[in-house]
Amino acid sequence: MCLAVPGRVMEIEERDGTRMAVVDFGGVVKDVCLEYLPDLAVGEYAIVHVGFALQRLDEESALKTLELFAELGLLQEEFGDPLEVER
Amino acid sequence: MADTLSGLQAPAVGAPAVAPDLRGWTCPLPLRDHPRVVMGHGGGGAMSAELVEHIFLPAFGGRTAAALGDSAALSVGGARLAFSTDSFVVRPLFFPGGSIGDLAVNGTVNDLAMSGARAAYLSCGFILEEGVETALLGRVAQALGEAARAAGAEVVTGDTKVVESGHGDGVYINTSGIGLIPPGVDIRPQRAEPGDVVIVSGEIGLHGVAIMSVREGLEFGVEVRSDCAALGGLVEAMLAVTLDLHVLRDPTRGGLAASLNEIASAAGVGVLIQERAVPVPEQVANACAILGLDPMYVANEGKLVAFVPREHAEAVLAAMRAHPLGARAAVIGECVPDHPGMVVARTAFGGTRVVDLPLGEQLPRIC
Amino acid sequence: MRYLAEFQNPELARGLLDDIRAAVTRPWALMEVCGGQTHTIIRHGIDQLLPEGIELIHGPGCPVCVTPLEIIDKALEIASRPGVIFCSFGDMLRVPGTGRDLFRVRGEGGDVRVVYSPLDALRIAIDNPDREVVFFGIGFETTAPPNAMAVHQARKLGIRNFSVLVSHVRVPPAIEAVMSSPDCRVQGFLAAGHVCSVMGTEEYPALAARHRVPIVVTGFEPLDILEGVRRTVRQLERGEHTVDNAYPRAVRPEGNPAARAMLADVFEVTDRSWRGIGVIPLSGWRLSERYRDLDAEHRFEVGGITTREPAECRSGEVLQGLLKPNECGAFGTVCTPRTPLGATMVSSEGACAAYYLYRRLGSPAAPLEANPVG
Repeated sequence: MCLAVPGRVMEIEERDGTRMAVVDFGGVVKDVCLEYLPDLAVGEYAIVHVGFALQRLDEESALKTLELFAELGLLQEEFGDPLEVER
Repeated sequence: MADTLSGLQAPAVGAPAVAPDLRGWTCPLPLRDHPRVVMGHGGGGAMSAELVEHIFLPAFGGRTAAALGDSAALSVGGARLAFSTDSFVVRPLFFPGGSIGDLAVNGTVNDLAMSGARAAYLSCGFILEEGVETALLGRVAQALGEAARAAGAEVVTGDTKVVESGHGDGVYINTSGIGLIPPGVDIRPQRAEPGDVVIVSGEIGLHGVAIMSVREGLEFGVEVRSDCAALGGLVEAMLAVTLDLHVLRDPTRGGLAASLNEIASAAGVGVLIQERAVPVPEQVANACAILGLDPMYVANEGKLVAFVPREHAEAVLAAMRAHPLGARAAVIGECVPDHPGMVVARTAFGGTRVVDLPLGEQLPRIC
Repeated sequence: MRYLAEFQNPELARGLLDDIRAAVTRPWALMEVCGGQTHTIIRHGIDQLLPEGIELIHGPGCPVCVTPLEIIDKALEIASRPGVIFCSFGDMLRVPGTGRDLFRVRGEGGDVRVVYSPLDALRIAIDNPDREVVFFGIGFETTAPPNAMAVHQARKLGIRNFSVLVSHVRVPPAIEAVMSSPDCRVQGFLAAGHVCSVMGTEEYPALAARHRVPIVVTGFEPLDILEGVRRTVRQLERGEHTVDNAYPRAVRPEGNPAARAMLADVFEVTDRSWRGIGVIPLSGWRLSERYRDLDAEHRFEVGGITTREPAECRSGEVLQGLLKPNECGAFGTVCTPRTPLGATMVSSEGACAAYYLYRRLGSPAAPLEANPVG
């Protein structure tokens, strides 16, 4: 369920009394409803599902998670027997 | 790591002694499921194949069965002719990178090219909806004429019909074409054999994403343009390396997945794709991520996939890359004796997945 | 795409896999709740990379698959009515009801349209004031707020020709149902990340404690799935059963308060039937009393349609990992991906459909059970 992807807010405007944003998904741009994240600002990332921003994406947390994954890889390398990930 | 694919093929513990024979379940299913035609019947997938198999083949008989490729090869007075027809129903009529006029020429030219023929003559039938602006029709005709000239083909006969307002989608076009197949060339899906190298001529998914970006209800902004192009010149460049190309296919509706499945099933061979080697532009990948689509199933209009004997693969790839329409050509996999009739992809993570024949049209997914 | 591609990077999978392998001392059966996670697992072959003994059971979290036959039949009836424009997410169009699907209704002259967002359906209603526009409001807690917004806006803007056929479902009661089954094999859950983006994690500690299962909120990209598995396995090996958030970039404990407030206003909790499983108490949402006039079931008087699920379908047991798909009598005979009886055969990621597909590769077990790697 729930195909949702992170996008970056480019512009924000009120349209027919609804808070809308233009959101960039890596070169693909779509209109997104901001009613559920009214304080989302231009430049921030949000998780978007069926045209709605549902949660702010915490960039710091994303980077921390990636760092953890990288550390796990390094840790295992020290102890040897790394898994061959195919190309 | 163990070869995951061969791991998959090993009989699993606990498998029942007598398994039901499930081979080919996507094909000969009764049409009673669908007393009326639905959109999926035109999607280029399993449902289109059913329509051909259950209605057209039995009714036409004769050589139709041999002509399930993109074009038929016919002997006429000592010469070998490729003959093909295609109908074009695209909405909107003009889209980023082309129009129905370009498609109508390039679609048929490419079908001919897939048997090694250079298109010589085209016919063109217009079905127009009452009320269509003549200026718009003029632009379509202009695009069609230019595309034909660019492909080196001549439109030599045509027809026009008008249907009542509300009974058409503005402009429908059918084109047919003929071209000569050079002596010594025998390109058809049945010739794929284990060991063949699978090459795709460039980045996939551009046409489908360009069309979707302007389709009502899905609109999104993207700089992707349709890859609509005539492939005759590229094929000539490949044939200059060797006449022994086994299979060529232009992955239009149903995308690369449909073409590879058709070839695997026609030749009774397996196809193994390295997913990371398949060239997918970032914007195509992202548009697909938003809509829940797989780029392997998205339409192309200016790409081909080739099955080439291993000994010629390197030279053919080089020749393709030297041609403007093949600059991003890449080896994406190989033809294997295992899992005949099926296409399997090795994922970037080293797992495998079955790339199945699409059923009907591609649908955006929310799930 | 930023913050998406990074979590699909195979180079980073190695450390996660090694850590899982180092932690595992015995077999464990985990359930990924969400169909989107199942999709990622199948799409990237993630299950084949896990150490032997780690089994991923595909859960009931695909809204398309679990929408009950009866609601599909109501949708087909409404979509067939003259003057109706029936709007739906794309993947609902080929879900079969009794004898036909929405594609076929369209082939028979019905005006069925695919929309990307529920607000697109509302726009169609505004643009076609002389037609009745019905939106098929399905989905879990992630999709419910967007659908609720369309209902709310229709009321606010006074759009009288718009209504919604609602069949929303909720994750926690489904987990409860799976765990309450006496033969349940599931020992840990990867909870659906985007559901928690909206609802937060408050509903889960009680479940984890009551059933003594770890529940790890998990994202949707390949590395997210591996991280969810890693954290669940670590808990299991230590004998713990807490709620953990492995998707902190998109999930806060409180969820999205504005969305939750809208859900509380527009919907009310109700019993809901799940295709192939049966009724799960309090597992769904319907329109609340104040929005009842926007309910398509009432407007089109289709309440009389009652459809029984085919008795031969045992997808409920498959979903709980109690039965292998090919052990079901209907598998591959009356039940195929083209003619599915139940949830697990409907979607290409459903356990039965995946099994069916891989059967042709000659490996019945491939997509369901962990394969040895090494």
